[in-house]
Amino acid sequence: MNAPLRKSGVVLFVLFGLIFANLNWIQGYKADEYRTHPWNGRVKVAEYERPRGVIEAGGNALAQSKETDDTLKYLRVYPKKEIYAPVLGYKPVNLGAVGIEETENDFLSGESDKLIGDRITDMFTGEKTGGGNVLLSLNTDAQEVAWKQMINNERGAKKGAAVALDPRTGAIQALVSMPSYDPNQLVTHDKNAAAKAYKELNADKDQPMLNRALSQTLPPGSTFKVVVSAAALESGYGVDTEIPAGGVYKEGGAVIRNAEDEVCPGGEVTLKEALTESCNTGYAKLGVKLGAAKVKQKAKDFGFEESDLRIGNLESKDGLSVAASHTGDIANPDGSTDKSALAQSSIGQRDVRMTPLQGALIAATVANGGDQMRPYLVQKLLSSERRTIYTASPQKKSSPIDSKVAGQLKEMMVSVVENGTGKKAQVDGLTIGGKTGTAQNAEGADPHGWFIGFAFNDKGEAVSAVCVMLENVSGGHASAEAARIAGLIMKAAAGGGGK
Amino acid sequence: MSRIPGLKTRRNAELGLLALAMLLVAAFGATVEANKYDKLQPNFWVPAALLSILFLGLHLVVRYVAPYADPVLLPMVALINGIGVAFLRRIDIANAINDKEGPPGIFSGIGGRQLAWTLIALILAAALLLLIRDHRNVSKYAYTLGLTGIVLMMIPAVLPGSLSEVNGAKLWIKLGAFSIQPGEFAKLMLVTFFAYYLVRKREVLSLASKRFLGIDFPRGRDLGPVVTVWLFSLLVLVFEKDLGTALLYFGLFVVTLYVATERSSWLIIGLLLFFGGVYLAYLLGASVGGPFANFYDRAQIWLDPFSQANYERVSGNSYQLVQGLLGLGTGGLFGTGPGAGSPLSVPEVQNDFIFAGLGEEIGLFGLSALLVCYMLIAIRGLRAAIGVRDSFGKLVAGGLSFTLGLQVFVILGGITGLIPLTGQTTPFLSSGGSSLMANWLLIAMLLRISNAARGPATGGGGPARPGPKKAPTQLHGAMTEVIKP
Repeated sequence: MNAPLRKSGVVLFVLFGLIFANLNWIQGYKADEYRTHPWNGRVKVAEYERPRGVIEAGGNALAQSKETDDTLKYLRVYPKKEIYAPVLGYKPVNLGAVGIEETENDFLSGESDKLIGDRITDMFTGEKTGGGNVLLSLNTDAQEVAWKQMINNERGAKKGAAVALDPRTGAIQALVSMPSYDPNQLVTHDKNAAAKAYKELNADKDQPMLNRALSQTLPPGSTFKVVVSAAALESGYGVDTEIPAGGVYKEGGAVIRNAEDEVCPGGEVTLKEALTESCNTGYAKLGVKLGAAKVKQKAKDFGFEESDLRIGNLESKDGLSVAASHTGDIANPDGSTDKSALAQSSIGQRDVRMTPLQGALIAATVANGGDQMRPYLVQKLLSSERRTIYTASPQKKSSPIDSKVAGQLKEMMVSVVENGTGKKAQVDGLTIGGKTGTAQNAEGADPHGWFIGFAFNDKGEAVSAVCVMLENVSGGHASAEAARIAGLIMKAAAGGGGK
Repeated sequence: MSRIPGLKTRRNAELGLLALAMLLVAAFGATVEANKYDKLQPNFWVPAALLSILFLGLHLVVRYVAPYADPVLLPMVALINGIGVAFLRRIDIANAINDKEGPPGIFSGIGGRQLAWTLIALILAAALLLLIRDHRNVSKYAYTLGLTGIVLMMIPAVLPGSLSEVNGAKLWIKLGAFSIQPGEFAKLMLVTFFAYYLVRKREVLSLASKRFLGIDFPRGRDLGPVVTVWLFSLLVLVFEKDLGTALLYFGLFVVTLYVATERSSWLIIGLLLFFGGVYLAYLLGASVGGPFANFYDRAQIWLDPFSQANYERVSGNSYQLVQGLLGLGTGGLFGTGPGAGSPLSVPEVQNDFIFAGLGEEIGLFGLSALLVCYMLIAIRGLRAAIGVRDSFGKLVAGGLSFTLGLQVFVILGGITGLIPLTGQTTPFLSSGGSSLMANWLLIAMLLRISNAARGPATGGGGPARPGPKKAPTQLHGAMTEVIKP
């Protein structure tokens, strides 16, 4: 009987060998895959072992971590709820992070190489130092005024966006998207509640999670006339150059009228007057005269067609992505210029589409003497003991116009606010310039109201540039409400910001 | 104690190995507390010390009544048993921390219960060693044991679900807070019965056979009782939804038959029947359902545990298996360290999946060491079988050792995804008294037989003192035995 017993031993050896080989496969070869598998809750638990850093602006904590009795030790809390959601995003337990929470995740979680010192210290102390803190460029006054004015707008518009930035640096002062959402409901440790909240937000037809300031493009209407003006001024026109206007302009199949009959009814009007009164016929004719190439090129100089812009930390390529603004095709099928399309595009209609951020950048470029600064949101990165690890150093992005043209545009835009369609944007103590826009969209739908503008303080410094957009504003003069809100945002921003 | 000069007992080696094992257990417990509480609790050493006393007690019994027993068996089992207690206590600590309670008492929680069960199991093992001075005596009760085994196995199947069902498997006898799994004990009894029966019939089994398809088949009437018992147990197990144990009994039966007849054709027939049966169960599960549906689900899970559908199914999903695999993967080569993993994310980590929980914390290296311990126990058992001079002892020791090894393979293969998962306890590790008691009885039996194998050839290792009953010189009721060298 000993021979079969020995063979049984061999069988056991083989069976144990199989187990051993399989364990090697699982714990050696597949270990990393399993360790980082999305179904592996252990990774999450470890991630929540240390407090995530604070996202803050102007001395206020906008996202912080609160200790809990849970398995996941820290709960992410957004005290300002929906006001900052389009910027902060959220860091959920079971989904991917969004917004600054995503783009600065390494730093906030403490995994960034920049925080290597903290991690080495941890090794000796055995403590779990929290992640780094992110200081945003946002001006909390401007942001909160913008949010309050947007949701309480006097025309009852339900959707819209507002962006304000410092023209001299590119620091974003305010970024609001309406409607918004409460990120707290998405980061709750109750997985089912979080999933349900996400489902509901995702299914909402008003798209509360869409960042309308950065991700949505709409026809800019008359605000686009600033771009056409820039092209004209560069082509030898002056502020007072007379351009042909009139009550009606027919070009191809397009019929262009002015918003009201009183606007530039005569044969000619100066460029400045045309902008001040927002003369459609004048700009349509001007655009056709300049040609599609010049108009498109100028828009491109200002940042149209740029699809890889991200705003976040100037040192990294990460950030909130910005949708590209487009001028659209202004050509016939045979390649020649479609004059009727060009006429309509020159007043910001037809296929022209712009993000609110792009609108603010145009105004900022004018205010900053023709230099466009790269917009950013992260002002500083601080270690958990608040040692400064990074400070944004503003970068020039491009120079779409020279300083002379910028000066002329500034003069024209100030005239818009002082004498023309943008009067509602006026603010005591600041010199405000800007351009209104009322954009027709779908047949029968109320137009979108736009305002792009800038503010100079009494020292002559460009303190803020802004774009406000309200979707489907009822009751005429859609842009007036946008202008009013823009003025208030700039007033708040002028009190300081980006510091 | 009567000792033969020149024949080493190796009892001191056993004591030394035992001390080493307890040191490891204490280190495990200390690491857990350091990780969980950031500092050692004042009584961190108590579980290890208590276990040391218990195992020392058994060691003394062995020293006295089985002086020539294999010195490796006891320390290896003690190590695994001790790690089991320490790991279960680690789970108690994690639960206490989650519930915002202070450190659990030494005798509270599943760790404390396991400690108590260890005490009872060791008393049983010691009693067996003290009562049965010669393993051949057991053969007197072979039929009684066989019958009792069958009855024990059947009881849960007959009892109403409220008294026998836990997690969908009808394997228990529940009386209030107390519950036992009679199948664990039935295993030992059936091995004994098989061994006895096959020894008595082995000549006839290996000689009087009909040749069919080049394989020698014994006559049906010679094999009848064994096949009946075995088929009966399989049927019971199928209806108790315990396919893992059914597989175990099948393996046990085939191997004992193989060892007894020395015909490898039994292995081939066994394997064919096994795979045929598994495939049939799979087909039946897909079409008929019933008791086989459970098996079908498990096969599906085994084929692709990471598919979304299998993971999220309402019942019979792969959640547990996947979480176990992720735990093992997270542990990697070195493990997170005792107390630093999160075994609680694996359901039933204290039972079937204890190896996955341990694997996360002690890593591939730790698990390999444990695997080697199990391996050593099984191989040492087989060595006792080879060494012992009577066929009955050979078959009992061989059957028990192989069953133990096979059980470890079945459960570890299941949780590592090598074979479909079947509910099995991990011997000496999993929480639960029945398994612990039965397996310690198994070890006591192996110690007894190894004592006979390694001791002087006067019988069962020599009685300590001449008793009134003389040790039998041959197997009860057996015909003349011829042992091949």
